[in-house]
Amino acid sequence: MINSGDTAWVLISTALVILMTPALGFFYAGLVRKKNVLSTIMLSVALLALISLQWAFFGYSLAFGADRGGLIGGLNWLGLNGVGQAPNAAYAPTIPHLAFMVFQLAFAVITPALITGAFVERINFSGFLVFTFLWATFIYDPLAHWVWGVGGWLRTLGALDFAGGAVVHISAGLAALAVALVIGKRKDYGKIPMEPSNIPFTVLGAFLLWFGWFGFNGGSALSSGGLAASALVATNLAGAAAAITWMVISWIHKRPNLLGLATGGIAGLAAVTPASGFISPLSAMAIGMVAAIFCYYMIIFRVRVGLDESLDVFACHGIGGLWGVLAVGLFAEKAVNAAGADGLFFGNPGQLGAQLIMAASVALFSFIATYILAKVVDAIFVLRVKKNEEEIGLDISQHGETVY
Amino acid sequence: MGFKKIEAIIRTEKLDEVRMAVEGVGIVGMTVTEVKGRGSQKGILLEWRAGEYRVEFLPKLKLELVVHDVDLEKAVEALSAAARTGKVGDGKIFIYSMEDIVRVRTGERGRPAV
Amino acid sequence: MKKIEAIIRIEKLDEVRVALEKEGFVGMTVTEIKGRGSQKGVMLEWRAGEYRVEFLPKLKIELVVNGDRTEAAIRIIAEAARTGAIGDGKIFIYPVEDVVRIRTGERGIEAV
Repeated sequence: MINSGDTAWVLISTALVILMTPALGFFYAGLVRKKNVLSTIMLSVALLALISLQWAFFGYSLAFGADRGGLIGGLNWLGLNGVGQAPNAAYAPTIPHLAFMVFQLAFAVITPALITGAFVERINFSGFLVFTFLWATFIYDPLAHWVWGVGGWLRTLGALDFAGGAVVHISAGLAALAVALVIGKRKDYGKIPMEPSNIPFTVLGAFLLWFGWFGFNGGSALSSGGLAASALVATNLAGAAAAITWMVISWIHKRPNLLGLATGGIAGLAAVTPASGFISPLSAMAIGMVAAIFCYYMIIFRVRVGLDESLDVFACHGIGGLWGVLAVGLFAEKAVNAAGADGLFFGNPGQLGAQLIMAASVALFSFIATYILAKVVDAIFVLRVKKNEEEIGLDISQHGETVY
Repeated sequence: MGFKKIEAIIRTEKLDEVRMAVEGVGIVGMTVTEVKGRGSQKGILLEWRAGEYRVEFLPKLKLELVVHDVDLEKAVEALSAAARTGKVGDGKIFIYSMEDIVRVRTGERGRPAV
Repeated sequence: MKKIEAIIRIEKLDEVRVALEKEGFVGMTVTEIKGRGSQKGVMLEWRAGEYRVEFLPKLKIELVVNGDRTEAAIRIIAEAARTGAIGDGKIFIYPVEDVVRIRTGERGIEAV
């Protein structure tokens, strides 16, 4: 039975989450050098178009279609055949199946877009398109099925991921780490300054992401009632707690800076994503605060070891997502969401085990499969631009355009 | 009698003080360019998302003004006094001799064009 | 004293800076400019098709050196800035009459 309130909220949430991909483009673009601003935005927005098509042709079916052994969906919804205006009772009984499909599309788009932070300023555009198309097909679609598809093995196990801590953040974070290792450091990384070109872009992008996250987490209730409100409140509080914590840490080290505050907010929002529909407001603050500490020191560590995972997708989304998925096993309460479970702090240590299995399996699969995929694509299509193209900048060398 | 070009690299925040000081000695025309520079100050550390990074060049302003030989010393004097804080990074003044000057509007050359 | 004014490719700044620093030339001023020489313009992509840009973004580096160090500085810049392709830029050399260090008021060679 279609409920108009639920449908309206999910459609609005879809639009909010779609906005996050261009927002991410600006978030990343402000952090790169001026010669790569357009290229960096291009990586995100090209995926909005490309993965939209992939999702409609076969991606949605692979993720949510009839289960094959708990690992992947079937081809029964190829070309959205059979995905209509009537609800699909197994996924969302009160909204059109098409609304559920397009809400999920927004997640399928932003996840590979997150990974682009690992290889900005040196990626060959054609190799990138091939890589992400295959990544969406062979890594994202199966992972979405494991966790969210009816019959998916992690869903059957009882592991909980409300809005994509594992499917989106752990998978993108670990994939970023893998592909950064394959593509290598930017030319002269560590020797010359890599100045952020436009901090206002980054902050604008970060807070548009924050805004979109209300749809990301709130919309994952797939209804417009109390659960959506609870998830939306948890989202805002985790982002706020992480932003303030990050600011305090950087203040203790030296100065409270805007780039840090914005980054902290994103780390907190990533961490609360899997938990947002299962936790109380105070738990959300605790999750955000701890996320800021973990992610901050992971960036420091990443820089110290000289790994050029350029925009810290692993440190923010990978670590934030891993912490968030485990935090579900600590902070979840049936009192908040009867369809969820109690965590360790509410008398059910078993949930932490299920969360641990989900975190570890998604992380390992994403890292290993991405590493192999990146190696193969690099060998055939080349992931990295030539040295002089990198020096001139990707805006000119890849796209023939320049910024301000 | 000749002319000199005075080219001064100064702190960006000193522009208005310097402008008023040289106006005080009767010099009104000048060109200002936003530049980046470094001297013995070398770079500075700015905040990254976590930790810091070094910027090698700092934003400065370059002022260019052309004066008669006789006005050179008082212009340099006024300019450097106004631009000085006493700390590293105050900048430098370079003095060049000019061969000729043209006022574009009228085509006047030399002294009347200054 | 001489002023060396070099128009170089934007992407060569760090190489030039590091090479100069190695030989003890620390102070310099950098300006974002547009210029053209025999490279003339380039074609950039429009929404569909292309358009011609007549002036290309370049950097101007200026440094003032002691006369006996002029040739060394010119050689370092030319080597570091060279790619061999059209558009590598040019170096102009001017005489400088005097230099003032604003902080101390020192003049001449000491102030360089």
